[in-house]
Amino acid sequence: MWKFIVRRLFITLPQVILLSVLIFLMAQMMPGDALSGLIDPNIDPAAIEQQRENLGLNNPWYVQYTDWITGALQGDLGQSFRYKMPVTELVEQRLINTFWLSVATLLITYIIAIPLGITSGRYNDSWADQMITGYTYIGFATPLFIFALVMLWVFGYQLGWFPTGGSVAPGLEPGSFDYVLSKLQHLLLPAISMALITTVNTVQYLRSEIIDTKQKDFIITARAKGASESRVYNRHILRNSLLPIAAFFGFEITGLIGGTVFVENIFGYPGMGDLFIQSILLRDYSVVTAVVLLFGIASILGALISDIILSLVDPRIRIK
Amino acid sequence: MESKEIKLDDTQHVATKSPSGFSIIWREIVRDKIALVSLILLVLITSFVYGISLFLNQDEIVTVDLFAIHEPPGEDFLLGTDYGGRDIFGQLIIGTRNSLSIGILVTLMTGVIGVLYGLVSGYFGGTIDNIMMRIVDFFLILPFLMIVIVFVAIVPKYSVLSFSLIMTAFLWMGIARLIRSKALQEKELDYAQASKTLGSSNLKIMLTQVLPNLSSLIIVTMTLNLAANIGLESGLSFLGFGFPESTPSLGTLLSYARNPQTLEYRWWIWVPAAVLILVLMLSVNNVGQALKRATDARQRRG
Repeated sequence: MWKFIVRRLFITLPQVILLSVLIFLMAQMMPGDALSGLIDPNIDPAAIEQQRENLGLNNPWYVQYTDWITGALQGDLGQSFRYKMPVTELVEQRLINTFWLSVATLLITYIIAIPLGITSGRYNDSWADQMITGYTYIGFATPLFIFALVMLWVFGYQLGWFPTGGSVAPGLEPGSFDYVLSKLQHLLLPAISMALITTVNTVQYLRSEIIDTKQKDFIITARAKGASESRVYNRHILRNSLLPIAAFFGFEITGLIGGTVFVENIFGYPGMGDLFIQSILLRDYSVVTAVVLLFGIASILGALISDIILSLVDPRIRIK
Repeated sequence: MESKEIKLDDTQHVATKSPSGFSIIWREIVRDKIALVSLILLVLITSFVYGISLFLNQDEIVTVDLFAIHEPPGEDFLLGTDYGGRDIFGQLIIGTRNSLSIGILVTLMTGVIGVLYGLVSGYFGGTIDNIMMRIVDFFLILPFLMIVIVFVAIVPKYSVLSFSLIMTAFLWMGIARLIRSKALQEKELDYAQASKTLGSSNLKIMLTQVLPNLSSLIIVTMTLNLAANIGLESGLSFLGFGFPESTPSLGTLLSYARNPQTLEYRWWIWVPAAVLILVLMLSVNNVGQALKRATDARQRRG
């Protein structure tokens, strides 16, 4: 067990290093540097050159990389070209917003997936199963951004049930009950939209997992012993089918990252995905680099968590 | 490889001559009414769009006309106009053509790279396979959408070609992984071993013997990928990091809906494009699923 985790960590470390090198090289290709926007056109070019030298911008790339990565490890992600403030400060509030959006999405995903998957797997080929399978078919083919647009149009504009932008109503005092309520209200529509699309994979997986388990010998044995139908399902089948689903939790993170970029953009929700798109449009590349790095590390960690849970659940998967 | 054996058994019991791959596929699609309708829809849309766009001039359509801003659908403009007074119907036709073309192009490019990569990795196995698969693993965990957007934003002289190259660079891993796992099984089979004993070169076994046996899998995967790629392209264009505005795609039309006014009051700009993307993706997916069943004897309906 521990051997597996240590081995898995040995794969993760080079992945993180490679990712940081890739992102650093990408950052090098981006136009502009920490001095852009600060420069007064009347300043002597030699002085600018001197300043660049002092900041280490003329060093070979591996020296610059080492400087950058040591800074990043100490929590210094550089300065925003545009806002002239540390990127970490800019990112902090956004990161919290995206965190809550992701938590809400994951919760709703499982709230939808588990009953639907169980119904469809337990009563397979019934009309309920056909309805659910139809939903997964359509959900699988629908691009998230179109669905989110339609949800915003219907529930945000036509029916007016939900706010159409922002993460909290203005003028509320942080920490008060109304504030939390307003946050929830702003969170709900984006989270539901994202969950209704992303849940489809989990429903399909749970369904086929249950149908597979149903035919296993130990279920026949359990029935032969006289276990009641509900006991067979709740104690024997569910336990075996839900564990792999739990393990996919980590992989969901990678999917969420792509999703938040669209959803936050459409609902005007001030999170990391929204910050990412805005920074690209403003050519604020130090922020872009930081966001990509953070999200890249998040998805590497997600895969790591999933692999570890999977290996706990299913010893056959452990890499030799 | 169970499925292959069952397929042989089945056909021997039922008929003396085993049906050809195409007749199996055709039978499966005809049996599945939804897939049949999807296929007909796809053929209709594709021929309509490519046919009509021959008579449309892209430059003319994307020329701004300030006297016709936000016209609702009417006699002059079948589906109204956008904020630049450009005809939505024309943009819809050209956009569908562009979206389909780039989808097919990216699918083909990722297909070629992925199949060759997976074939080499699976066929040789061992250390080569190990190294090649670690590279795939690394690409797979990258935050795809963000990296593509960054590249789109920083590539100098950005064009449709560079866009498809960027997409291809980060999309070939899925098919490579799939082909690799099949090639790994395939090379152990008697025919490949026999050919090796007879002294065939590795290249010959890979390309003329193993590859044809994987063709059905490749077709299925590429069909499903096509749907995904159309969705991805329109998503990127929606965010403003796909096609430039002078080359409209379905996503470009949808991106106008990011303006709340357009979203709320000017349905004619974005609803047709949204419906078209949905229909395209559902149809391609349905056909893909029918193909998938046709390649797996246990799941066939026909």
